[in-house]
Amino acid sequence: METIYWEEEMETLPRAGLESIQLKRLQKLVERVYNTVEPYKRKMDEAGVKPEDIQSLKDIQKLPFTYKDDLRDNYPFGLFTVPMDDVVRVHASSGTTGKPTVVGYTKKDIELWASVMARALSCAGATKGDMIHNAYGYGLFTGGLGAHYGAECLGATVIPASGGNSKRQITIMKDFKSTVLMATPSYALNLAETMEGMGIDPKSLSLKVGIFGAEPWSENMREEVERKLNIRAVDVYGLSEVIGPGVAMECLKSSGGMHVFEDHFYPEIIDPETGEVLPPGEKGELVFTTLTKEAFPIIRYRTKDISRLFYETCSCGRTLVRMEKVTGRTDDMLIIRGVNVFPSQVEHVLMGVEGVEPHYQIVVDREGNMDTMEVRVEVSEGIFSDEIRVLENLTKKIQNDIKDILGVTSKVKLVEPKSIQRSEGKAQRVIDNRKI
Amino acid sequence: MRVEQIAVFMENKSGKLAEITSILAENNINIRALSVADTADFGILRLIVDDVEKAKKVLKSEGFTVGITNVLAVEVPDKTGGLASVLKAINNEGLNVEYMYAFVNKTGENAVLIFRFEDMDKAIDSLQKEGFTLLSSKVICSL
Ligand SMILES: [Zn+2]
Repeated sequence: METIYWEEEMETLPRAGLESIQLKRLQKLVERVYNTVEPYKRKMDEAGVKPEDIQSLKDIQKLPFTYKDDLRDNYPFGLFTVPMDDVVRVHASSGTTGKPTVVGYTKKDIELWASVMARALSCAGATKGDMIHNAYGYGLFTGGLGAHYGAECLGATVIPASGGNSKRQITIMKDFKSTVLMATPSYALNLAETMEGMGIDPKSLSLKVGIFGAEPWSENMREEVERKLNIRAVDVYGLSEVIGPGVAMECLKSSGGMHVFEDHFYPEIIDPETGEVLPPGEKGELVFTTLTKEAFPIIRYRTKDISRLFYETCSCGRTLVRMEKVTGRTDDMLIIRGVNVFPSQVEHVLMGVEGVEPHYQIVVDREGNMDTMEVRVEVSEGIFSDEIRVLENLTKKIQNDIKDILGVTSKVKLVEPKSIQRSEGKAQRVIDNRKI
Repeated sequence: MRVEQIAVFMENKSGKLAEITSILAENNINIRALSVADTADFGILRLIVDDVEKAKKVLKSEGFTVGITNVLAVEVPDKTGGLASVLKAINNEGLNVEYMYAFVNKTGENAVLIFRFEDMDKAIDSLQKEGFTLLSSKVICSL
């Protein structure tokens, strides 16, 4: 299978060339932001850093982070760098915990967004010959319009289905012969179930690939949606604070992870506690700097998403760094006896033990001055045995694997199926009983 | 000659055994023999019942993890030396026992020993050669 590029030169640039482009863009960005946005200037002054201090890419580490709270504090347009006359569109994220966060785009920003989204679609093998069914919500949310402009930029035919009315969507998919589905993974599963209810065989549709994102989803979910819709399912990453969908995209040959369009969005992985940049391949918080956006650039934005970066060239030929599927949020991070532990790491260990299903719960407590971690694992038929010894060996194996991989001692406790509390179908993964 | 045994995973919480046995009773499933093996955190309930498939189905539908394994049921006279004779034979034949438990039939004349061996085929050959009677599921349930 031949790789389909959108901007082949950029996507396959050797690292040295790419880095020199990134540095030039970063220097221009910092200079512009420092001179036009008061809150950025203030933070840089406090950190004692001037635009001319950015002499190498590594110097980005001198710059202060930007947090979601900075967006809220400057609500609605306080971090825009251009006059409102030049802003042609705004989007906003829902404000479940306070004010919404607002982002703006110039005409050029919209073009940039469409082109990175067209790159993303190409990563999934889409071309102008495709019929793209876009079931991301249209509105203040960036998903719908972001995907829409990308599909048009690619030259494909886009069906602006938006969310809701699944039966009608399925009829359209069937009649219009949609070949590419874009949706949240949970909505894709909803479509699959509706299809089943309508007695429609997914094989009778023309769908070949699904591009899913905007919410965390597991490898299990990928397998399920691929099977139920008879498609390849690939992961797209984006967030409105950076641009929207199209920040990173998995390719069809992916050796693991999504290609970050790093000529525009510069990624770093940091230790969420210390803020230190971590070496390539290590797990930590993803931080983004937009190198080319005009209206609303952002410097070292703390995404709170946990990922890793892989710099090896992908088998598709792209040199662009790959980010691992987001495996958690820093909000979920536990510090146990000084060790950072993410529930997703525990899940990963469990998935590696044959027969174990990822139904687990982590209970953290404190005995004296010592943190304790208990991992409760539901006993499925796949691991059950009528012999005590076999089950005891299993708990020991999981304990050892957790110790080896996470570096923390735990006690593994086998529990009955469905005994882990679930709220609205979602299991409560962590119970922290420490009184700190 | 193998007998199907049902094994159920139980957390060590009071009332679990009563819960399982009453589910079986409500579904008219008779328990012929029962044993509990436990650790500090969990236990394994092993049961010989008259309808293994049904027992598995109802317990699963109540959310329990259930497994079916083969065991051997050896009949011995319920008198001094009955158990010793079987254990001696097992030792002589070099059979490894994973676990065992026993029950007495209704007439009280014979005891039935339930064994799970590491090597079940070898155990069947050896015990039959030594002249012991291995009971079938059907016979056990009619006892
Ligand atoms: Zn690739």
